[in-house]
Amino acid sequence: MKPMVEIIDLHKSFGKVEVLKGINLQVKPGSVTSILGPSGSGKSTMLRCINHLEQPTGGAVKVNGDYVGYTRKGDVLSEISGKALAKQRAGIGMVFQRFDLYAHKTALENIIEGPLRVLGQSRSAATDEAMALLERVGLRNRARAYPAQLSGGQQQRVAIARALAMKPKVMLFDEPTSALDPELVGEVLAVMKEVAASGMTMLVVTHEIAFAREVSSEVVFMADGYIVEQGDPNLVLRKPSHPRTQDFLSRVL
Amino acid sequence: MTALTTDPLASESSPLKLAPRRHYAQVVGAVAVLLLAFLLIQSLALNKNMQWSTVWKYLWNGQVGQGIVTTLVLTVICMVMGTILATVLAVMRLSKNKVLSTVSFAYIWFFRGTPLLVQLIFWYNLAALFPLLGIGIPLTNISASVSTNVVITAFVAAVLGFTLNEAAYMSEIVRAGIQSVNVGQREAALSTGMTEAQCMVRIVLPQAMRVIVPPTANQAINLLKATSLVAFISGGDLLSAVQDIYAVNFAVIPLLVVASIWYLVVVSVASVGQHYLERRVGKGFTHFSEDAVRDQIASIKAAQGGNE
Repeated sequence: MKPMVEIIDLHKSFGKVEVLKGINLQVKPGSVTSILGPSGSGKSTMLRCINHLEQPTGGAVKVNGDYVGYTRKGDVLSEISGKALAKQRAGIGMVFQRFDLYAHKTALENIIEGPLRVLGQSRSAATDEAMALLERVGLRNRARAYPAQLSGGQQQRVAIARALAMKPKVMLFDEPTSALDPELVGEVLAVMKEVAASGMTMLVVTHEIAFAREVSSEVVFMADGYIVEQGDPNLVLRKPSHPRTQDFLSRVL
Repeated sequence: MTALTTDPLASESSPLKLAPRRHYAQVVGAVAVLLLAFLLIQSLALNKNMQWSTVWKYLWNGQVGQGIVTTLVLTVICMVMGTILATVLAVMRLSKNKVLSTVSFAYIWFFRGTPLLVQLIFWYNLAALFPLLGIGIPLTNISASVSTNVVITAFVAAVLGFTLNEAAYMSEIVRAGIQSVNVGQREAALSTGMTEAQCMVRIVLPQAMRVIVPPTANQAINLLKATSLVAFISGGDLLSAVQDIYAVNFAVIPLLVVASIWYLVVVSVASVGQHYLERRVGKGFTHFSEDAVRDQIASIKAAQGGNE
């Protein structure tokens, strides 16, 4: 089966600091991959390279068979136009640690913005679909609330709905519950579980070991810019083979 | 020892009164200020040299009215064009391209660094530098030109001077506004497939407005009054109008009062507009909106109804 996401010898440096030192990863369609590791290991940077919010300094990322941000001619990857990149990004949903809902728009307006401006849907069609998505994340009655009037957990559920509204092929979650009060984590994880069950291909950078074990089909453990261990969650999380993984899990469990 | 009510206040038959502290120094100060204000108003109001009847008469003078119109037209044109130019300059200034950001920096440096009055007189006397204005295609004989003095009237010189100057100041305000918007907003917009331009217009600038509007209102009010500088190049504004009148009847003070009254009226109206504009661009930045509260009440009622 053709991988949905393929990361090929990915390198990324910020100035002199090399954050990613050659990442290779393949993600199957419909799978849920949890990415674990200590802070500073390059998890978020890797995720942000997938939709080109960070430009790789070496290597490449393919989503659904297409190089993200580039087009290949022979052995050369040439950078594509901003418009073409935007089109690729429309198919890759992203959920951020700080939610980042548009502060000047209501929950409903946040969700329909992309379908209206990027997909060119009609307002009535976009609104109908957005209301269905709000229903799905349990927030139909908060459609007209602004982000500042919602709790962190509610904001993150709207953010997930906003990403889903673009009907993406892949969803990236960058520590989606790290900024939440402990009692609000559950409601967001529940929505993510439901999205996973619907067959969405997901990559989730997380510290929620229980979620990783329960929901993901693959666990990737990163340290110092490398993937040091990966595989079935029951194996990696119960019997880690790499000392860095053992050390990390003994601290968080 | 049976009772827990050890507080003697609780057993009082009538409720206790709270006596606020007296601020004697404040009272003395307020009386003194009121007295001074009264004396000042009295010395102006009862001053024969103020010629209040002249003030009243010229307040509704046609020439003065013409001046107000010119002042308003000049302010609106220069503010609108200046703000558009300022937005371009601000985006250039924030660009990763060094040429664009340096050009914007140099522009701002020059127009903020030279006096507005100098710029105004310069544009009015542009003919001394370029007697002819024209367009042509280089290396050919195809060209067209006109006399500079025909094109650059006092009004055109004023529009040029104020617009270019205003753009320099406004671009710094717009830049601060853009930078006040969290980078996460931009990344979220890009991640949904918006282009950089869509993201700027739909997501960043509307939120930047909240930071941009208050200082912009300040700039507009400043500009309104700064347009009185065109009196130096006989630009036909409000100040020019009263100057023309007092050059004939010598009622200098009363006519300056007339001009001041009209400036105050226009600025007051503009301040009311600012208030409503700020409310509009502040949308989403309060923890209260009537719609959201109404929806919540409705959903609570629906839930209660369902339980019955």
